[in-house]
Amino acid sequence: MSFYPLLQKYKDFALIESLQKVTPQQVAAILRKDRLQAQDFLALLSPTASSFLEEMAQKANRLTIQHFGRTVQLYTPLYLSNLCVNRCLYCNFNHLNESINRRRLSPEEIEAEAKAIAHTGLKQVLLLTGDVPGQEPLQYLVKALDIVNKHFTSISIEINALSTDDYALLVNHGVDGLTIYQEVYDESTYEELHPKGPKRDYLWRLDAPERGCQAGMRRVNIGTLLGLHHWPTEVFFTGLHAQYLQDRYLDTEISISIPRIKAGPEGYQPQAPVSDRDLVQIILAFRLFMPRLGITLSTRESASLRDNLIPLGVTKLSSGVNTAVGGHIDEDAQDGQFTISDERSTEEISQMLIQQGYQPVFQDWHNL
Amino acid sequence: MTVTINGEQVEVATGTTLISYLKEKELPMEGLIIEYNGTIIYQDDWEKIEFIEGDKIEILTFVGGG
Amino acid sequence: MDKLIIGDLEIRNRLFIGSGKFANEAIIKDIMAETGVEVVTVALRRVDLKNSQNNVLNHIPKETILMPNTSGARTAEEAVRIARLARASGCGNWIKIEVISDNKYLLPDNNETIKATEILSAEGFVVLPYMHPDLYAAKALEKAGAAAIMPLGAPIGTNRGLKTKEIIRILIEECTLPIIVDAGIGKPSEALEAMEMGAAAVLVNTAIATAGDPLLMAKAFSQAVQAGRQAFLAQPGQTVDYARASSPLTGFLQD
Repeated sequence: MSFYPLLQKYKDFALIESLQKVTPQQVAAILRKDRLQAQDFLALLSPTASSFLEEMAQKANRLTIQHFGRTVQLYTPLYLSNLCVNRCLYCNFNHLNESINRRRLSPEEIEAEAKAIAHTGLKQVLLLTGDVPGQEPLQYLVKALDIVNKHFTSISIEINALSTDDYALLVNHGVDGLTIYQEVYDESTYEELHPKGPKRDYLWRLDAPERGCQAGMRRVNIGTLLGLHHWPTEVFFTGLHAQYLQDRYLDTEISISIPRIKAGPEGYQPQAPVSDRDLVQIILAFRLFMPRLGITLSTRESASLRDNLIPLGVTKLSSGVNTAVGGHIDEDAQDGQFTISDERSTEEISQMLIQQGYQPVFQDWHNL
Repeated sequence: MTVTINGEQVEVATGTTLISYLKEKELPMEGLIIEYNGTIIYQDDWEKIEFIEGDKIEILTFVGGG
Repeated sequence: MDKLIIGDLEIRNRLFIGSGKFANEAIIKDIMAETGVEVVTVALRRVDLKNSQNNVLNHIPKETILMPNTSGARTAEEAVRIARLARASGCGNWIKIEVISDNKYLLPDNNETIKATEILSAEGFVVLPYMHPDLYAAKALEKAGAAAIMPLGAPIGTNRGLKTKEIIRILIEECTLPIIVDAGIGKPSEALEAMEMGAAAVLVNTAIATAGDPLLMAKAFSQAVQAGRQAFLAQPGQTVDYARASSPLTGFLQD
């Protein structure tokens, strides 16, 4: 099973042309529907739909509260390692980027980082590493899990694509969530941006979320890096991918992230920038298309924008973020994966949510 | 000899064949389904069936149903 | 042209009827002639050796798509046996799987139904399982090779209408196979409701067979099914159920 054949079906379909053809009447009719088809989702990503943002927002807000209540989950990333063999042009961990210090946390450092994060009250953590293939890094991760497990009730990972068996191994060691972005669904752009390293294998990465579902991950989070390529088509494929997974793996909670990529190493600039207005349209279209879809918003966005986006459909926020390896125990740690724009602590984010009438959720479940 | 037809024990003369039995009972040949000792017998093969002691025969047909 | 395809067959009339409980089976022929119904269910029974025979097929035109059911089966095994016998009649390879071991409410056993579906679809049957509406069972039936899924609207023969509406709506949304509402529909308005929300067809027996005027009732059902289908295809407009907000949610976007 693979999402690829479905994706291929749209290859020759004139997506951009059909985006241009959407009429206001069509958008209005879609806003009255209970259940949206793929083509409705596409229409909501059109230039025409961008003049319906307020109507879309009202409905998205209602649907989000209906399905999630007034709650937002909080988590934070924990960077274990920035060693990486890939050369993703947009990423600071790019193998060729010599301007950063490469390091991997020792078991003692992992323990200290985990304690520091747990001290802020967070119960959900996302472990990240760069891509170093082989058994040794996997065993390192397993050891890290055994340490981190003591401090958190939910552990997600964001690492290179693994086999179903390797995912299952991690599930057995307490991982319940998998985050893996396709980065870019457009195949030729994917090739351009990933010139070397195991990540060049488009299909292996595309099917990774599905392998995660099959391995028993309780939640799987996918996404496209906004800015790498024409956003309406990229978002459309992300939505199709999410729906594909949700339809087939009813026991896995599918969610998406909407990271807007910023400048990378060596002066890399995103080729297809996404405005705030576009970002709003993207969140709303996702929410209307898949009312139960989790939507994660990272600290790449500014505090004020994040505050405004919450009522539109966001269900999960990171807080107290440091994207550098060891950033929670060493205030001087530098060389993060990306620059953050919202530096508020978990406490500050919680207060903001409460003021907006939302409950910050630290723990969604407890594995017995 | 005794055979079981539709769950009931029936006495038939030696040499009775399926066809002769159906004719004797004035059953229409159309739309009948025959199961002979647990095996479905298609109409082409009905004439080959001669009853022997202990046979189990089911004679079925379609009736109204929802 | 809006056609329903099941197995390899194209079906225009989305009202399927059952042939049971008619006071006079001869009326089935008139119903089919006047409504254009194409699919009829029948049951398989032992011939009554003591009384004269009345084969229901005498009242059903030859071109009809016959859907024998496995009524009487209490297990998957029994359903498989009945299905094989039914196919031996030479009247096609459609089979409505119906496995019921509960004599009080006559509710279908989904587990056994899934097992039977798996076996029979592998043998080349066009399998239409009658089921208790349940998403996981429906998904399992899809996997098992069913050609359509037939959830009950209410307990069989009760004429109580679409009591399982919310779950059937979920099946319609989540399943790729046609959903045919079987059992429980008592009035044309209920058939219309099922079609309007996207059911592929409805199967009606008791409500027609036991009506004061079965032919007239069959016509009413056929028209209701058509109307419901058209409403579904037309994608109804709905009243806008959100008020214009006093505080806009997108006011922070400045342009």
